[in-house]
Amino acid sequence: MDCFSAGSRFLLLEDGHIFEGKAFGAKASMFGEVVFTTNMTGYLETVTDPSYEGQIVVQTFPLIGNYGVNPADYESRKPFVQGYIVKEWCQSPSHFACAGTLDAFFQRYGIPGLSGIDTRALTKLIRSAGVLRGALTDDPQSITTAQLQGYQIGDAVSRVTVQAPERHPVGDAKYKVLLWDFGVKDSSIRRLNERGCDVTVIPSFWTARQIAAEAPDGILLSNGPGNPEENTGIIAELQRVIQTKLPVFGICLGHQLLALANGGVTEKLKYGHRGGNHPVRDLVTGRTYITSQNHGYAVRLDKLPPNALSRCVNANDGTCEGLDYTDFPGFSAQFHPEACGGPKDTEFLFDRFVQTMEGRKATCR
Amino acid sequence: MPLNPGIRKVLVIGSGPIVIGQAAEFDYAGTQACRALREEGLEIVLINSNPATIMTDQHMADKIYIEPLTVETVKRVILKESPDSILPTLGGQTGLTLAMQLAKEGFLARHGVRLLGARPDTIDKAEDRQLFKDTMQEIGQPVIPSRVCTDLEASVAFADETGYPVIVRPAFTLGGAGGGFCANEAELREIGAGGLRQSPIHQVLIEKSVAGWKEIEYEVMRDAIGNVITVCSMENFDPVGIHTGDSIVVAPTLTLADKEYQMLRSAALSIISALGVEGGCNVQFALHPTSYEYAVIEVNPRVSRSSALASKATGYPIAKVAAKIAVGYTLDEIPNAVTGKTMACFEPVLDYIALKFPKWPFDKFIFASRKLGTQMKATGEVMSLGDSFENALMKAVRGVEISRSTLRHPRLANCSTEELRTAIAQGTDERLFQIFELLLRGVTCAEIHSITQIDCYFLEKLRGMADFESSLQSRQLTAEAYRQAKRLGYPDASLKEITGHPLPGKPAPAFRMVDTCAGEFDAATPYFYSVPEGGDETALLPQSAKPRAVVLGSGPIRIGQGIEFDYASVHCVRSLQKLGYEAIIINNNPETVSTDFDTADRLYFEALTPEDVDAILKIERPVGVVAAFGGQTAIKLAKFLNDSGYPILGTSFEGIDRAEDRERFDELLTKVEVKRPEGLTVMTAEEAIAAANRLGYPVLVRPSYVLGGQNMSIANSDDEMREFMGIILSGGVENPVLVDKYLMGTEIEVDAICDGKDILIPGIMEHIERTGVHSGDSIAVYPAMHVDDEMIEKILGATKRISLELDIRGIVNIQYIIYHDDLYVIEVNPRASRTVPYISKVTGVPVVELCTRAMVGERLASMGYGTGLYASSPYTAVKVPVFSFEKLHGVDTQLGPEMKSTGEALGIGKTLEEALFKGLTAAGFRMERSGGVLITVRNQDKYEIPDLAKKFAGLGFRLYATEGNAQVLAAAGLDVTTVAKIHEGEENTAKLIESGAVQYVISTSAKGRDPLRDSVKIRTLSTRLGIPCLPPLIPPTP
Repeated sequence: MDCFSAGSRFLLLEDGHIFEGKAFGAKASMFGEVVFTTNMTGYLETVTDPSYEGQIVVQTFPLIGNYGVNPADYESRKPFVQGYIVKEWCQSPSHFACAGTLDAFFQRYGIPGLSGIDTRALTKLIRSAGVLRGALTDDPQSITTAQLQGYQIGDAVSRVTVQAPERHPVGDAKYKVLLWDFGVKDSSIRRLNERGCDVTVIPSFWTARQIAAEAPDGILLSNGPGNPEENTGIIAELQRVIQTKLPVFGICLGHQLLALANGGVTEKLKYGHRGGNHPVRDLVTGRTYITSQNHGYAVRLDKLPPNALSRCVNANDGTCEGLDYTDFPGFSAQFHPEACGGPKDTEFLFDRFVQTMEGRKATCR
Repeated sequence: MPLNPGIRKVLVIGSGPIVIGQAAEFDYAGTQACRALREEGLEIVLINSNPATIMTDQHMADKIYIEPLTVETVKRVILKESPDSILPTLGGQTGLTLAMQLAKEGFLARHGVRLLGARPDTIDKAEDRQLFKDTMQEIGQPVIPSRVCTDLEASVAFADETGYPVIVRPAFTLGGAGGGFCANEAELREIGAGGLRQSPIHQVLIEKSVAGWKEIEYEVMRDAIGNVITVCSMENFDPVGIHTGDSIVVAPTLTLADKEYQMLRSAALSIISALGVEGGCNVQFALHPTSYEYAVIEVNPRVSRSSALASKATGYPIAKVAAKIAVGYTLDEIPNAVTGKTMACFEPVLDYIALKFPKWPFDKFIFASRKLGTQMKATGEVMSLGDSFENALMKAVRGVEISRSTLRHPRLANCSTEELRTAIAQGTDERLFQIFELLLRGVTCAEIHSITQIDCYFLEKLRGMADFESSLQSRQLTAEAYRQAKRLGYPDASLKEITGHPLPGKPAPAFRMVDTCAGEFDAATPYFYSVPEGGDETALLPQSAKPRAVVLGSGPIRIGQGIEFDYASVHCVRSLQKLGYEAIIINNNPETVSTDFDTADRLYFEALTPEDVDAILKIERPVGVVAAFGGQTAIKLAKFLNDSGYPILGTSFEGIDRAEDRERFDELLTKVEVKRPEGLTVMTAEEAIAAANRLGYPVLVRPSYVLGGQNMSIANSDDEMREFMGIILSGGVENPVLVDKYLMGTEIEVDAICDGKDILIPGIMEHIERTGVHSGDSIAVYPAMHVDDEMIEKILGATKRISLELDIRGIVNIQYIIYHDDLYVIEVNPRASRTVPYISKVTGVPVVELCTRAMVGERLASMGYGTGLYASSPYTAVKVPVFSFEKLHGVDTQLGPEMKSTGEALGIGKTLEEALFKGLTAAGFRMERSGGVLITVRNQDKYEIPDLAKKFAGLGFRLYATEGNAQVLAAAGLDVTTVAKIHEGEENTAKLIESGAVQYVISTSAKGRDPLRDSVKIRTLSTRLGIPCLPPLIPPTP
């Protein structure tokens, strides 16, 4: 199959817009929240990021799939997107580690792709309307507006989390970290392993008691999909965990859950931040860093709990990008310091987490 | 941090004349920087010897010195102006090197001048090969195994250790001049010796070759508090081995996975941090094609050609931001002018690709080696933006003005597949087309990759185009196939030709905005590019009620059409704006001020072809289109404009045609009673010889309908005529060849402004060289030295009669010869010429502004500059051409009717001598006051040399001459040493020149420009060694 002889496929949007393009990937109809990412590379990292659970992703960069599919680039066990939209996917990828085309990859996982549409027009539509619910289908008559409007990403975390603890040990480990999995990207595990941390990925449904029983040196709250406020059970357990004064580092959804557990409030952004070029200012050092981002919700800075200090803000729109907590050794980042895809400029936050654990060990000794 | 309060007065150093490797991009950068600094209320002192720049316009700085860029001059300016700071990172290598010398001597410290943008140690770390290597090693960045050598033996020893092939990279030279790829010891000995000579510090880097690796570049920025960002990544289509300036380049990278992209991005950021650059920096990497191994090739701690490209490709104004950083701001304090919502501390993302295509001078230099390597040869470039690789490439190919509108090159159809296979192993300007021809013949991408190492991603794209094109032959296009053809970038005219059928209905043109953020934020940038289909965004900008006028730009910089035309285009835009128009510019040259998105009210970054321009005009519906300021690129669109019914602002197509069409032009001259040298038109060599004999040698011979004096020569004999006609006819010329009587008189040039009733001539220029040397290569003197009042009247009268007869509205350029007190016209160009910026600056007459006002109907009489000849200035000015011969192997440096210079410098003085000295110094001649001079001229010139030789002898120079010349000099009573010609023996002229005993060479050839001739060898050698090589400058016969 190629881009131009392929059959027609449609993107239907809840506001009535229809985009007709060419089909690729699996022949399937899928609903999802339609969001765009501005990353120019890292499409494999994007589609295998569990945070995209429930979403149809649009790439703003027009040429996607150029280096094919390399399983070593996956951020989790499989792709989580509901659908994938590009201007042009590459039929003859070129890379020494390439093991196939994006088309074959999406076919294997039953995910529909759409190419050849005006992705810029779609991006601008999302920019002005906000996140839109939509569906990819080859049969536009089969889907009603009511169906589109009724689509919700419910219970997303429980669909992506591990079902049992997974150990990722390192030789000569200095720290034991529990990685609370709400949809973790493998790079977070790698960043911790690189720093001498034995990592155990634990399911989202674990309790504070189970966590305490493991006697970790620190807890990493992972990224993940969906509306943070829905996770009431996790928030309640998290409130108990905080009481133990263990070092906690929250990333993305983990950052939002930590804020909620401390009495903060989250809100849905109009169209979110997705890409590898978002500037974040550290209010303590005055430095600005380029970060990788993928989130549709943010912690409200005007309703911060008294024990949280605003540490980082988005240099473009001023939204909350990081918090430091004053009554327990915890901090969090809305962006993705583990990178992949995107810049690695804030990897030092993992060092900070390790130092926090080291500090606590020193005091305990 | 806000503006540093200690900075009040800044000296900005420009980059001087345009040469290969240092072109218009520095005018763009310098102009942006000056504007950015003036916004801050700083006082700007500017020094630049290049008059053909916007940067040296009066309103750009508080004080402008158009003076030679030498240490002495800069010191004098510093002493006179007492600036507190100096900004050297925007004037290319020239500016940086000067500032370094001043800093190292302690001059800056002694006079309390701080260096902005880069510290001396930063520059050293980036430029000194050993320090660079050490710095990279300290921060764990891999470099290519190499050794800094200051002599040939050490170079050979290192190559023996590391193994061939190796690359020679001389320290501190422009565009890698003097370097090269060496496959064996013999090559290393030759190229290494040249590199050592050309390096001002006699130092080369011998480096293990990583030819075949991917060449990747990042443009990065850093501020004083350590914020770092990447503006743009770029990938070379050609792998390492071909200078990035000579490679097709795409932005962003297309074949890198995120892992590789981030690996190199992090490396680039750690490098700029380690160097402590405050501003912009370019980092080049070699990336192994089948592993994650990489090496840092080069770092430029300043704005560069690549940064100009990155700025235009992304919309991020690197030079402006660099200037703001230099005076104290941090990246998060500088607003992003494109979105207005975001700050400069972010990384642009593209939702299109940008592609750069080089413009080479090989059409002018037919004997130059077309081989591409580590030494840059391109004089300019175009950029194109598209939503696919294919349509960006096609837009660039048709926009670069090489007479190609697709990738199929008809001439290559005659080559055998075996020939083509062999040919593509070597990078040349034709390799892309050779590859395409092979793909058309079914040769696989894998095979082409194995020969060229070009990434299969690109080759597969080309193969897709070849397959598609093959499927079109003699077939009526369906609507769907037509859409596909447009997506791949095929122009309509080519599709008609390929299919042999009319085309289906054309979709409405669509243009997209360059917004730095891939649509994430609302933007209102007036910067557009076309897409084959999709939503048009031109209507998103606020619509004004002003009438719209379109200015056609001048395309890529090439020999004969340089930055001067961009200068004129920009001034036309500004004048139109002052006159109440909304000015729209169309151009595709990323190096220039005209393509800065805030120069015009709207910028269309598009190729200047009828189809591309038509799409824009359909949307913009201007009241007029200006074709007079964009050189031949713009003027050749006049016919299309006329035929399509678009109104031309300025001289009508009828007037343009009468000036360009030989027959109509002759009729016109007869009518207005102006003489021209007698001439005949011929079709064959025999006819040419007969014509020449009738007119009497010497004669000027040239093909008709060509630009910039291409293939124009002066023939002195039947033999020469046969040689030149052979060259002309080998190109398959269909139009007649012109043979004109060659008059050895004084050449005069005027630019005149005409409103249809009156004319104004800002100044009369006289060329120092004999007629026959292309006007662009001559030293032009203003005011003219040998023109009396009577002759001035003749010139005024002839110019006025010609202008009125052509009904010129705006500008006309006329070249005359004064021969035996008579005036002959040799050329009339109904458009702006390359002398416009020069004459504007030396006379103070705003030529382009007055022309633009005349175009829209104003009368000269009401403009305040009078009519007739403008009053002469009390000083003398000379425009001195600058050449790039040291970059081009095999090109004869002797000047003739075909233009060879790439740029120019200005010298102004109270006397002609002072002006000439300054002009020549600014042009890079080392004006030595003692030593030796070698004289070797052809027979017909040798009786003219004793006068010149006497003057040299009088100044204490030792005279050397070849035998015939020496006899003449000895007979004139001069003490002269006879030297053997190169083919005559061991102790020959070449040896003499290499020995350093001569400081000047006076040379002319009896014959053409064949690189194997002795005289050509001598001139080439002198050029390589930086020894001024001159023809005998004998006052013309009055």
